[in-house]
Amino acid sequence: MSGAVVEPIPPGTAGEIGRRARDWIPAIVVFTLGIGLWQGLTTLFDVETFLLPKPSDIATSFWDDKAALWDAAVYTFKEAAGGFAIGSGLGILAALLLARFRVIGAGLLPIAIAANAVPIIAFAPITNNWFGLLNPVSKMAIAAVLCFFPTMINTMRGLTSVHPSSIELMRSYAGGEFAIFRRVRLPSALPFMFTGLKVAAVLSMIGAIVGEYFGGPTNALGVSILNDSQLFNFPRAWAGIGLASAFGIAFYGAVALVEHFTTGWAPSARSFRSE
Amino acid sequence: MTAAPSRVVEIRGLTKSFRTGVTALQEIDLEIEAREFVSLIGPSGCGKSTLLRIIGDLIPATSGTVLVNGKAAHQARLDHDYGIVFQDSVLYDWRTVARNVSLPLEMLRWNRAKRQARVKEMLELVELTGFESNRPWQLSGGMQQRVSIARALSFDPALLLMDEPFGALDEMTRERLNMELLQIWAKAGSTVVFVTHSIPEAVFLSTRVVVMSARPGRIAEVIEVDLPQPRTATTREEPRFFELVTSVREALAAGRGDAARPAAAEDLY
Repeated sequence: MSGAVVEPIPPGTAGEIGRRARDWIPAIVVFTLGIGLWQGLTTLFDVETFLLPKPSDIATSFWDDKAALWDAAVYTFKEAAGGFAIGSGLGILAALLLARFRVIGAGLLPIAIAANAVPIIAFAPITNNWFGLLNPVSKMAIAAVLCFFPTMINTMRGLTSVHPSSIELMRSYAGGEFAIFRRVRLPSALPFMFTGLKVAAVLSMIGAIVGEYFGGPTNALGVSILNDSQLFNFPRAWAGIGLASAFGIAFYGAVALVEHFTTGWAPSARSFRSE
Repeated sequence: MTAAPSRVVEIRGLTKSFRTGVTALQEIDLEIEAREFVSLIGPSGCGKSTLLRIIGDLIPATSGTVLVNGKAAHQARLDHDYGIVFQDSVLYDWRTVARNVSLPLEMLRWNRAKRQARVKEMLELVELTGFESNRPWQLSGGMQQRVSIARALSFDPALLLMDEPFGALDEMTRERLNMELLQIWAKAGSTVVFVTHSIPEAVFLSTRVVVMSARPGRIAEVIEVDLPQPRTATTREEPRFFELVTSVREALAAGRGDAARPAAAEDLY
């Protein structure tokens, strides 16, 4: 923001979307070059498949068995999404309570931060025991615990880091705690909350897959990757990993899209419209 | 607005001490009549912003009475008797310019049609018609502050409290906004209490300048500004303007000289 604006700025247009698409071109070029390099080097040096399969072999393997792999990915994604919903939902709820009742917050927040340092993945065998190896809830539980902390801590930060004069302004209009919460704290916490949710979206997929490494139904992606690598079917294992990544990225993208539509006003959204 | 009492602000024996033991304000007596434009000026730490916030019931006084529109400051706040403008425009990024201006109207539960009509009127007043659907951060600092003034006046408060509203702006924008503020003041017919660091700004805008001294914050001198109304660009060039600027400067210097201890750099706010 340098010079003064003289004319009203029209709201978002097609030009903006075009500009966004152009922002992606470098990433797409780098990705394509990377795959090309991978293919070239593995062919050139004749790298063993168990070390690193060629991208073409991985793609063929995926194509040959796409229905089963896709079903497995969808099954795992459902676990991840369930865990995300539970963990993030509870995280937001906890943040609201902790921000509202500061005394409890002051007591619980350090514990929450300490708990965040616990390697939660290590609990996967335990939750498998609690809810049953074949029960998707056992994987959801791991995903949920992973999602809880980033969502809670970020939302909490958003709710409590409101500028004091924003609050004074509401008080000057005789606004009470609830009005301040609804009209100031909540909207200004949204960008923070989405930062947490985007981290959680990625973590949920990791949680579900790692949970499956400790046992689960054969139609789950984590179990499929584990079995393939034990049977030396590395291209298929890599295809599974690729699919897991694609679902993780898509989930992240979906959350980012919701973020764009709900907090398009936020500073992070400014970057692509400034000159 | 119902016929407001002619005395808009009445402060008697006001003292404010902070828990740290610092006395921010000591024995302040001040009366402000309707349609006055009163500036509070003084060194950092003289408690001028604190005084403004006590008038607005945003922080409590330690002792003494503060009446706004003849009521206790607390009641006046609940009755929406004043609008406030901060140094930072405090516009909400998640609201458009129009919705920022209508925020106090929403708090007052005005219906949509009435709100829209008033927002249109207010944006005309501050010459921002056409910017209704822009976001605050798309505007320059001076424009943001005009939105903030429109918001503060949207519900016709008897009193307008301004805490260094132009302090963060460049000199040219500041002088232009000073002119605009005076025009708005003339049209809106409100009473203004204006905190500033700038001596020329205080003299140019005010009908009275309250000079404060620091540690503890006291009223050192009250200077009547007898420059003719309406003030124009040439007001700043009149000999009387310079005389008044000099008197304010001398009063500030005298206030500093009286202080037993040298003023520290900290700002007590």
